[in-house]
Amino acid sequence: MATATDSDLDRPAAEPSTRTISASRRFKDRASTVLVTLAFLIAVVPLIWVLVTVVARGAPAIVSATWWGNSLSGILPESFGGGVYHAIYGTLIQALIATLIAVPIGIGAAIYLVEYGRGPLARTTSFMVDILAGVPSIVAALFIFAAFISILGAPQSAFMVSLALVLLMLPVVIRNTEEMLRLVPDRLRESAYALGIPKWKTILRIVLPTAFSGTVTGVMLAIARIMGETAPVLVLVGYSRAINYDPFGGNMASLPLLMYSELANPEAAGSYRIWGAALTLIIIIMIFQVGASLLSRYSAIPK
Amino acid sequence: MAKRIDLKDVDIYYGAFHAVQNVNLTVTPRSVTAFIGPSGCGKSTVLRTLNRMHEEIAGARVDGEILLDGENIYDRNTDAVAVRRTIGMVFQMPNPFPTMSVRDNVVAGLKLQGVRDRKKLDEVCEASLRAANLWKEVKDRLDKPGGGLSGGQQQRLCIARAIAVEPDVLLMDEPCSALDPISTLAIEDLIADLKTEYTIVIVTHNMQQAARVSDQTGFFNLEATGKPGHLVEIDDTEKIFSNPTQQATEDYISGRFG
Amino acid sequence: MSERIDQRAPSETDSGPASSPGVPAPPPGTRRRPSSRRGETIFRSLTTGSGVLVVAAIAAIGVFLLIQAVPSLLANQADFLTFPSFNTGDPDNLAFGIRDIFLVTMFSSVFALVLAMPIALGVALFLTNYAPRALARPFAYIVDLLAAVPSIIYGLWGILVLAPAILPIAEWLNANLGWIFLFADGNLPVLSGTIFTGGVVLAVMILPIVTAVTREVFAQTPRFQIEAAKALGATRWEVIKMATLPYGRSGYIAGSMLGLGRALGETIAVLIVIRASTSPMGFSLFDGGYTFASLIASAASEFSQPLPTGAYISAGLVLFVLTFIVNALARLIAGGKVNG
Ligand SMILES: Nc1ncnc2c1ncn2[C@@H]1O[C@H](COP(=O)(O)OP(=O)(O)O)[C@@H](O)[C@H]1O
Ligand SMILES: [Mg+2]
Repeated sequence: MATATDSDLDRPAAEPSTRTISASRRFKDRASTVLVTLAFLIAVVPLIWVLVTVVARGAPAIVSATWWGNSLSGILPESFGGGVYHAIYGTLIQALIATLIAVPIGIGAAIYLVEYGRGPLARTTSFMVDILAGVPSIVAALFIFAAFISILGAPQSAFMVSLALVLLMLPVVIRNTEEMLRLVPDRLRESAYALGIPKWKTILRIVLPTAFSGTVTGVMLAIARIMGETAPVLVLVGYSRAINYDPFGGNMASLPLLMYSELANPEAAGSYRIWGAALTLIIIIMIFQVGASLLSRYSAIPK
Repeated sequence: MAKRIDLKDVDIYYGAFHAVQNVNLTVTPRSVTAFIGPSGCGKSTVLRTLNRMHEEIAGARVDGEILLDGENIYDRNTDAVAVRRTIGMVFQMPNPFPTMSVRDNVVAGLKLQGVRDRKKLDEVCEASLRAANLWKEVKDRLDKPGGGLSGGQQQRLCIARAIAVEPDVLLMDEPCSALDPISTLAIEDLIADLKTEYTIVIVTHNMQQAARVSDQTGFFNLEATGKPGHLVEIDDTEKIFSNPTQQATEDYISGRFG
Repeated sequence: MSERIDQRAPSETDSGPASSPGVPAPPPGTRRRPSSRRGETIFRSLTTGSGVLVVAAIAAIGVFLLIQAVPSLLANQADFLTFPSFNTGDPDNLAFGIRDIFLVTMFSSVFALVLAMPIALGVALFLTNYAPRALARPFAYIVDLLAAVPSIIYGLWGILVLAPAILPIAEWLNANLGWIFLFADGNLPVLSGTIFTGGVVLAVMILPIVTAVTREVFAQTPRFQIEAAKALGATRWEVIKMATLPYGRSGYIAGSMLGLGRALGETIAVLIVIRASTSPMGFSLFDGGYTFASLIASAASEFSQPLPTGAYISAGLVLFVLTFIVNALARLIAGGKVNG
C-alpha cells in the first residue's frame, strides 16, 4: 500500500495525471520507509550484540564438568574450577518463594479489579498498581530493609530478597491476570449465575480456569523478569561461595550476586565465571520465556 | 415443579433510562409463553428481570412486583442466587463452559452447588441430556470438551445444563437465533417436550416460531427510540395471531409494521 | 466498557439487616442459604484485601523510608538539596546532599531518553505500519526480548564491550564539540565509563518499554481515521502524519515517561558502567559519578549503623518520589489508552 493507486483495477489503464504522486511526496514516503526500517535494525543490534557476547564468553564455563553440579566452596579466586549450582539454587528458591507469595495476592487483586472493584477504591488500586510497576528495584529493596531489617530486626536472608521480589512481581501478575479475566466473555459468567452458582464460585471455577493459561503465562514472564534482579540481593542478603539451602537465614548466592562479587576478582577466572553465570542466567530466563510463549497458545477463551 | 409467575406494575430502568414501562402479566405453569416485538422494545430486559439477571448490570433497577407462586422474588429476604436455582435461563449464543467436558458442563450447576455423589451426577447427566434430545448424539463423547459440539448441539447442551439443576421455570432469550433451521427445529421440538414439566418463557424475533411453540404470546412495542417499551397485549397465541385486540399487534403480525 | 456487566455480587444486592439472627427463619424455596452467602463474603473480602494490599504497599514504602530517613536528615550537617557530596563515614558528623546525585541521575536518564525516543518511534511505526503482517509479531517479540536481558548483563556488556566501541565517538565529540558544555572535559581521567556511556546503555534498556507502549497505542488508531486519510489519496507516510501520529502522540509521550522512570531507577547497570569520581559534577556528559540508585547500591554492604544508612534511605526516598511523579504523569498523559 505504498501508493494510493494500487487497488484501482477498474480504472482506465492510463491514470489521469491528478492521480500520480508528486516527486516530493514520493521521496518523503520512501525516506520514511528507510528511516523506520533503520530504527528497527538499530534496535536489534544491541540484542544480538549482547547475546553473542554472552554466549561467546560464557560458553567455556558452562560446558565445564563441574559448572552445573558444584559450588565455589574452597575454590581459589584464580582457579577455574568449581561451579554455580549454589547460585542457581539461590536464584530459583528466591524466585519460587516470591512467586508463592505474589501469585495469590496478584490474582486476588486482579479479581478484585475486574469482578468486584467499583468506585474510588478500585480506581486508587488500579493507579497504585501502575505506580508499583514503576518502583525501582533498589527502592523496593530499601523498603524491605527499612521495614523488616531496621525496624523489625529481621536478619538479612534470601527470604528478605523474596519479599522485595514480591513487590516487583505483583504489578506484572496483576496486569496480566486482569487482561486475561477481561477476555473471558460475560456470557460465561451469566450462564453460571443462571444456574444458581454464586458469584465467587463462578469466578473460582468457571472464570479463572478459562483464563488459566494466560494467567500462568503472565506469571512465568514475571518470574523471568525478577530472576535477573540484582539490587535486592545487594541490599538484602550476603554472598556465599558455598551452598546454603536455608532461605530464612545466612548468606546465599544467586547468579546476579555471584556475578557482582566476581567483578571484584581481577583474575581471569573471575571474568570466566562472570560470563558463565551470565549465560546460565540467560538460559534459565529463556526457558521461562519460551515456556510462557508456548503456553500462551493454549487458550480456553472462546472467541 | 412448574410455577406460576405474576408481574405487577413492573417498570425497569437502566440508570436514568426508563427501558420498560408498566408491565402486568401472568405466566401459567406448564405452558410456553412467547415474547415478541421489534428489537429494542425490552423483551430481553423483561426476561432478565424474571430471574434477577438484571441485577448484574450496573445501575439497572426494577420497580413493582414479580411473584413466583405468590412469593416476591425481589423480597429483601430472597437470595438472587436461590432465585436463579429455581428459574433457569438459556441464552442467545450457545456458551458451554470452555474448560469443561460435555458431562461436566451438564452437571456444572449441581457440582458447584456442592453435590459430590458421582452416581447421582451421572444419573442427572444422562437424564438431562435425554430430556434435551442430545443423549444419543453425545453419549460416546461425554468426556470431550463441550466446545467441540456443533452450534445446535451446544445450545441443547446449554438447555441440558439449565434443566440439570431442576428449575421450575426456564427462560430462553432467542435461543435459536444463532442456529441453522434444522437445529432450530430440534430445539422447538424440545420446547414442546419440556413444557409438560416446566414453565417456559421464550423471547423470539421469529413470529412463526412463536406461533409454533407457544400457548400464550405477549407483544411488546415502543412508541419511539428513547421511549420506554411496554406490553401491548398478551393473550392466547391463537388469538394474537388470528384476531388481536390491538391495531399495533395486528400491524406487527401482518408485517405492516414500520 | 460502558455496557460491562456490573460486578456487584448477585447476593450482595439485597444485603441489609435481614441477616441478623432476630429475623424469623425464612420459608424454603428462594430464601437465602447462609453458606453461599458466607462464601461470597469471605471471597469478596479476600480479593478486596489483595487490592488494598497494593495500595498499602505503596503507602508503606513512603512511610517506612520517611521514618528511617528523618533522623539522618535531622543529623545532617550539610544542606540536603544543594550539598554536592555524600559523606557518611563519620556517623557523628554526617554531611550529605543530593545535588550531584540528582544531576548525574537526570543527565544520564534524559540523555538515554533523547537517544531512545526517536528510535522507539521509528520501531513502533515500523512494527505497526511498515513490517509485513506476518512478521510484525515476531519482530515485536524480538524487541520485547531486549527487556528480558537482566540489567547486570547490560552493565557488563556496557562497560566491557560497548564502552570501548563507542570511545571513538566520545573522543570525536569531545575534540570537535568540546566547546558545548555537554561535551566538555569531564571529571574523569578517561572518556569511558561516563554518563555518556551509561546513557547509551540506559537507552538500550528503556527502548523496549517505550516501543511497546507506543506500538500498542499506534495499533489502536481508529480504522476510520486511517481509511479517511487513504481515501484522500495519502501515501503511507501521509497516513501516519494525518492519523497515527495525532492519535498516538499522547501514548508515545506516556511511554517515554515510563522509560524515563525506568532509567531514573536503574541500579546495577549504572553502578557498573558509570565510574565514580572524586571531583564534582560539571554538567558534561563526560562526567562520572553516582545516580540515586547506584549510590545506594554502592553503599549497600555498609548498611550497619542507622544514621549513615538513613542518609542513603533519604536518597531512596527522593528516588521514590521522583519515579512516583514520573509514572503518575505518564498515566495522566496516556488517559485510558495505556495499560502498564
Ligand atoms: N445493559 C444495558 N444498559 C443500558 N441500556 C440497555 C442495556 N441493555 C438494553 N438496554 C436498552 O434497553 C432497551 C431494551 O433492550 P432489550 O431488552 O435488549 O430489547 P430487545 O431484547 O427487545 O431487543 C433498549 O433501548 C436497549 O438499548
Ligand atoms: Mg433481546
